[in-house]
Amino acid sequence: MKRRIYSVLAENRSGVLCKVAGLFSRRCFNIDSLAVGETDDPAVSCMTIVSSGDERTIEQIEKQLNKKLDVIKVKTFAEHQCINRELMLIKIKYNKNNRREIMELCEIMKAEIVDMSKHFMMIQICSEPEKIKLMIKMLQSISIVEVARTGTLALCKCCENDEK
Amino acid sequence: MIGADAIVKCLEAEGVTTVFGYPGVAICPFYNSILESDIRTILIRTEQNAAHAASGVSRITGRPGVCAVTSGPGATNVITGIATAFADSIPLICITGQVNSELLGSDVFQEADITGAVESFVKYSYLVKDANEIPRIVKEAFHIANTGRKGPVLIDVPIDVQNASVTRFKYPESVSLRTYKPTVKGNMVQIKKVVRELEKAKRPLICAGGGVLLGGAEKELCSFAEKHQIPVVSTMMGIGVMPTDHPLYFRMVGNNGKAYANRAMNESDLLIMVGARVADRAVNQPDMITRNKVLVHIDVDPAEIGKNAGPTIPLVGDAKHIFEDLEKEEFSCSTQEWIETLKNFRRTLATKRKPDPAYVDPAAFIMRLTERMEEDGIYVADVGQNQIWSCGYAKVRKGKFMTTGGMGTMGYSIPAAMGAKVAAPKRQVVAVCGDGSFQMSMMELATMCQHDIPVKIVVLKNNYLGMVRQYQHFTYKDNYSVVDLSGSPDLEKLSSAYGIPFLRLENMEKCDETIDAFLKDDVSMLLECIIDPMDLV
Repeated sequence: MKRRIYSVLAENRSGVLCKVAGLFSRRCFNIDSLAVGETDDPAVSCMTIVSSGDERTIEQIEKQLNKKLDVIKVKTFAEHQCINRELMLIKIKYNKNNRREIMELCEIMKAEIVDMSKHFMMIQICSEPEKIKLMIKMLQSISIVEVARTGTLALCKCCENDEK
Repeated sequence: MIGADAIVKCLEAEGVTTVFGYPGVAICPFYNSILESDIRTILIRTEQNAAHAASGVSRITGRPGVCAVTSGPGATNVITGIATAFADSIPLICITGQVNSELLGSDVFQEADITGAVESFVKYSYLVKDANEIPRIVKEAFHIANTGRKGPVLIDVPIDVQNASVTRFKYPESVSLRTYKPTVKGNMVQIKKVVRELEKAKRPLICAGGGVLLGGAEKELCSFAEKHQIPVVSTMMGIGVMPTDHPLYFRMVGNNGKAYANRAMNESDLLIMVGARVADRAVNQPDMITRNKVLVHIDVDPAEIGKNAGPTIPLVGDAKHIFEDLEKEEFSCSTQEWIETLKNFRRTLATKRKPDPAYVDPAAFIMRLTERMEEDGIYVADVGQNQIWSCGYAKVRKGKFMTTGGMGTMGYSIPAAMGAKVAAPKRQVVAVCGDGSFQMSMMELATMCQHDIPVKIVVLKNNYLGMVRQYQHFTYKDNYSVVDLSGSPDLEKLSSAYGIPFLRLENMEKCDETIDAFLKDDVSMLLECIIDPMDLV
């Protein structure tokens, strides 16, 4: 099993996300993560899909994505070939005994406390998916109330012959 | 002009001459507008068959057939026909009526999310929101359906859009789709590689699939094979790529194919798969076609290459262009010995049937029927044991062999034959089905009568769902479950109820005379052949 990231540029129209997601379920391909957003061109959206499978599956995913008429371009790369980031908002319950510990953790993990009340606080972290997992693990011992994650976003690393 | 008029104008501009369908309120504006047009409308008796009939048109004309049905159940009924066309890569335009666009999503009467439901069976679909978009959408739909890997396109038109006024009608001359540019011409580097392998090969073989017929590449393939004396086998969808008795043709491969064709495939050292999906029925064990041989896979759809078997040389492109390019390359390969080997396989591995003389032998019957049919006649095979006999014994000369290989939809033959007859009224069209598949489409006898579509129908009657019975015979040791067709109507009475002449053949004694009487004159006729219920394919 290999992990692959598919950066899919598609027509920004209703139903396109459904078609792409449907393709994965119909052909029994995995979706480990999916993030969608508009690009600099409002008519085009970029879907970042993380999937895994054997060599043949990885190739088929790319070919089948290319077959979809709403798909403009598909770029496929491995994790080491790209910069990948995920944003997480996580709400936890704290008390005066662990407050300092949490603040230290945030400092180490380069996370930020973005909101708080008497007993609750919300932390924002933007990092590699691995670090996000680690952050969750670290906070599990404290008391997690809610978690929201964007899914992985990724772009191929810069190189001089990059063209749009 | 309203949206419905615009749809009709677009169809006229595309040269559509017939629309098969079934009206309902949601498609009524369209059916009202079409009255003003010369386009022929044919009221089919169930929507599934509208798609099959359109598929029949498409296979004969090479242009997308058109069907138009209403929203809700009309649309959902047509899905099987669309899926059938999709599996066989048949270009089709399916227009569905839809409820008022303001009511979409509120589950009103006869609302079905058809574009959602049909997503995995269409090449593309549209939900029209603005009547002014109709010309562009229809133009795109025809282009998408009939280029690259062909397939069905669905256009869902809410009733208010059909009734909305179109301010400016101009049918576009060209299509601009930034996301869709199918590769047609093969890469010359890859083509040269194929040539180098052909020069080395001692036992080359071409396996032709439906893509060769869809690409209109029969002539190119034939002349290439003849020039270099390369033998040819075909998949089920590839039947008709060469005349059956062509000296280089070794018939159909697959688990229902000829043993000698499969042997040829296994023994070859260079296999050119062209326009074939390498699916399980044709190639049971994909590793068999990659082991000990060079596999060249030619397909217009890059996703088919490497999906089921990893080729040595992938070659994306349209079969016609690729064979034209291959033809230009000069090389020689000597295959005389290999062809002799294949002929030997054919002699030693031919199926030996022992038919019971008390019944009609479907194999011999089909052989004689196709010998006596007109040379350019169209043979439409249904699904079941009858399909396997048809594939195994029908002789195609200059005519056409049509069947559904991908989806295997029972009841396909009669509506598809009707479509073929409408598209080619001067040609003889014969549908061959079993008593199970006949009963799935027998309502269309009325359509044939109403619209004067003289199709010849053969029913191979064994009172069983024979293919499943055969499976239960082998797998469940004759423990038959739900395969008995008792209760079927008396076909003679049924024919007379529709005013269709009827013939019955009970054994092989009067076979030739009966076939001649059946084929005589361009009128509808039903021929019932009583076959051995215990026969196996």
